[in-house]
Amino acid sequence: MATYAAPIPQVSAHRVEREESGWTSWITTTDHKRIGIMYMVLTFVFFCLGGVEALMIRLQLGAPENTLVTPTTYNQLFTMHGTTMVFLFVVPMMAGLANYFLPLMIGARDMAFPRLNALSFWLLLAGGIVFYASIFWNPPEAGWVSFVPLANATYSPSGGEDAWIYLIHLTGLSSLIGAVNFYVTIANMRARGMSWGRLPLFVWTILTYSVLLILALPVVAAAVTMLLTERHFGTHFFDPTEGGSPILWQHLFWFFGHPEVYIMVLPGFGVISEILPVFARKPIFGYKAIAASTVAIAFLGFLTWAHHMFTAPIPEAILVFVMLSSYLIAVPTGVKILNWIATLWRGTIEFTTPLLFCAGAIAIFLIGGISGVFLATFPIDWQVNETYFVVAHLHFVLLGGAVMPIFAAIYFWFPKITGRMLSEGVGRLSFALIFIGVLTTFLIQHVIGMDGMPRRVYEYPDVGHLALYNLISTVGSFILATGVLVTIVNAWRSLKVGVIAGPDPWKANTLEWFTSSPPAVNNFDVVPLVRSAEPMKDIRREVERRTAGVPSAGGATVPAGATQVGV
Amino acid sequence: MLAFFTPSSGASPNAKEIDSLFKITLVIALVIFFAVEGGLIYALIKFRKRKGAVPAQIHGNTRLEVGWTSAAAIILVGLAVLTFAKLGSIQNPPNSSPGGAALADDNELLSASTERKLPPNGKALEIQVIGRQYIWQFVYPGANEPDGLGAPYSYEELVVPTQTTVSLNIVSEDVVHSWWVPALGGKFQAVPGYHNYTWFKIEKPGIFRGQCAILCGRGHARMIATVKAVPPAAFEAWLANQKRLIAQANAAAHLARAKLSTQTGAGQVENP
Repeated sequence: MATYAAPIPQVSAHRVEREESGWTSWITTTDHKRIGIMYMVLTFVFFCLGGVEALMIRLQLGAPENTLVTPTTYNQLFTMHGTTMVFLFVVPMMAGLANYFLPLMIGARDMAFPRLNALSFWLLLAGGIVFYASIFWNPPEAGWVSFVPLANATYSPSGGEDAWIYLIHLTGLSSLIGAVNFYVTIANMRARGMSWGRLPLFVWTILTYSVLLILALPVVAAAVTMLLTERHFGTHFFDPTEGGSPILWQHLFWFFGHPEVYIMVLPGFGVISEILPVFARKPIFGYKAIAASTVAIAFLGFLTWAHHMFTAPIPEAILVFVMLSSYLIAVPTGVKILNWIATLWRGTIEFTTPLLFCAGAIAIFLIGGISGVFLATFPIDWQVNETYFVVAHLHFVLLGGAVMPIFAAIYFWFPKITGRMLSEGVGRLSFALIFIGVLTTFLIQHVIGMDGMPRRVYEYPDVGHLALYNLISTVGSFILATGVLVTIVNAWRSLKVGVIAGPDPWKANTLEWFTSSPPAVNNFDVVPLVRSAEPMKDIRREVERRTAGVPSAGGATVPAGATQVGV
Repeated sequence: MLAFFTPSSGASPNAKEIDSLFKITLVIALVIFFAVEGGLIYALIKFRKRKGAVPAQIHGNTRLEVGWTSAAAIILVGLAVLTFAKLGSIQNPPNSSPGGAALADDNELLSASTERKLPPNGKALEIQVIGRQYIWQFVYPGANEPDGLGAPYSYEELVVPTQTTVSLNIVSEDVVHSWWVPALGGKFQAVPGYHNYTWFKIEKPGIFRGQCAILCGRGHARMIATVKAVPPAAFEAWLANQKRLIAQANAAAHLARAKLSTQTGAGQVENP
């Protein structure tokens, strides 16, 4: 990968405090970049733990009537896997990315509340430690949805369920504090000239993510508090013999749980919207439509929770309403996908690893989006819900909408964080393995589900082709895991031997590439005036104008009559 | 071939209707899938970086945006209309066939819930499905005591007459379970404190397998259900036999209890 060596107007600082080092400096830091790094490293560790749990699940299901793990262990494994991936990986990983890049992208020197920011991280760590400490006693086993009455003290007497409640509370508080912080930072700390119409699309999605968290988290916090008092203090919110209702839990959980899906995938969409234009060398197609569809998805996301409850005894009017609102949400989502393809259209696409991960993410998310329409149609949902069809659907949605974009973000922003490039060759290998792994693992699960295999079963009989299909899925999961491993090795090696990146290795569009890699503690010495949604493009043009149009290394052409921008 | 891509179906009208709705949706979905994935792959290949190529600096196209937004909306409106057209035949049970089991007028059923669907003539064989960790119990009509007790019941295997509309009243005694026999239509949660209803009508004798579809604890995977459809006459005979067996077992248990209480002294075994 060629490094970008064109002159970039940077003012050297006159006096910069020496950066603190040593482990205490990490514990006491309030620097958004260090907190961001800690977030990303920690959540990636949890991703690996959740991945190991997934592999154990797939090993157990690799053969019919397998006795590798006990039913109890199996229930604990999928509960830990689901909870980890949602609460300890995807949501906080997005917070980590936002922590590091949001201030840089809007030209701010830190988050609005740096100490609260540190608090968010440490709350997350505390929640994660308590949750994982439960594996030394009794891990939770009621699934990541903890349906009552199964999750109450009668049917889940172990403390694992309480560890789960504790985790939801702490990570919830962490996310809530973080969300307020992001919102305030975006609202108040943008660079001069960065109007709402020039906000980077990743920042738009983080803004929406924050609003969703602020609206959805109090609901689940209330729900798990009710579960806690139900378990220990004799309340009867969910007990039908005392006038409570188990359906209440489903409503409360999914009123949070469905927006949670968009909390996970919208920032992923933001990453795709940032990376595609860079490597297509074209502006994003329909900036306003993409920003508006983000907000539309978030709004509609609050009207569709009951589509998780189509098989529950709820009135038919609700079934119909929720089916229609769920259909409706497919429209802004489809708009996004078509806008992304239009962004690639007539560009000059450079097949870097971040672009590959983004293209793969779109291809995979589309499958999850389409199977979502089947699930939104409630009579069809009656057949395929709670089977491996849903498992396939949610993994396509989350792998395409969140995990693959996270990998794209890792490859795209690693140079900014570390100052070194990740190896492109190894990156492509990792992409190929992950992409093939996802398709092999999850495509066949649609068929497994339609053949009648429910989810969350520790064993299945050897009827039909179930054994073969499950074996294919298990093999796929190990291909996927190998792909993740390759990226870990890549990152480990590149930290030491990676090509020096320079401030702007990709010739990207947003302000984080204006500063050095890694950025100094104060981020920017001078924050440039923002004239468009792609400030770095303006700056590069200005540089080329001042250097009399000498093309920079990499060979971007300057269109005739380009707007001249003062820095 | 299409069966590879569709859920189990076939034995009951509602399952057949869901299956046909699924197939129509599948065709529409496949067209969209290939069009969009095709467009993505075409763009990636056709517009890859080449020498001398200049990227077009397009910021958007409002007419295109409005166009594909409306197109997406129209497709979904079409799907919604289709679903509503099919909904009646999925939710509303038909009358039993002339060859079905003779059924009494079950008018009391109508008051059970407004959500319960009955055939046009109001006659259906009502069976209560009780979910509990980790076994399904089926209670058939025929209570011989005024408080509703004494009705014949069976575990795991539900025996029903063919050509007869069977109405299921699904309840739970402990945690949430989900009733599901793929060939007989969709799944319905058994929730403590609630009644949930579904129905099926099987034309030909056969055995249909299913299992609990919502995590209900450690034995969830073993909570299986079998529906055995037999001709009406055989069903009547089976039901009578089941009643007899239960009465025998109860009598035997009564004897055993009496024996136990004489051995250990009255009052020591209060409620075995």
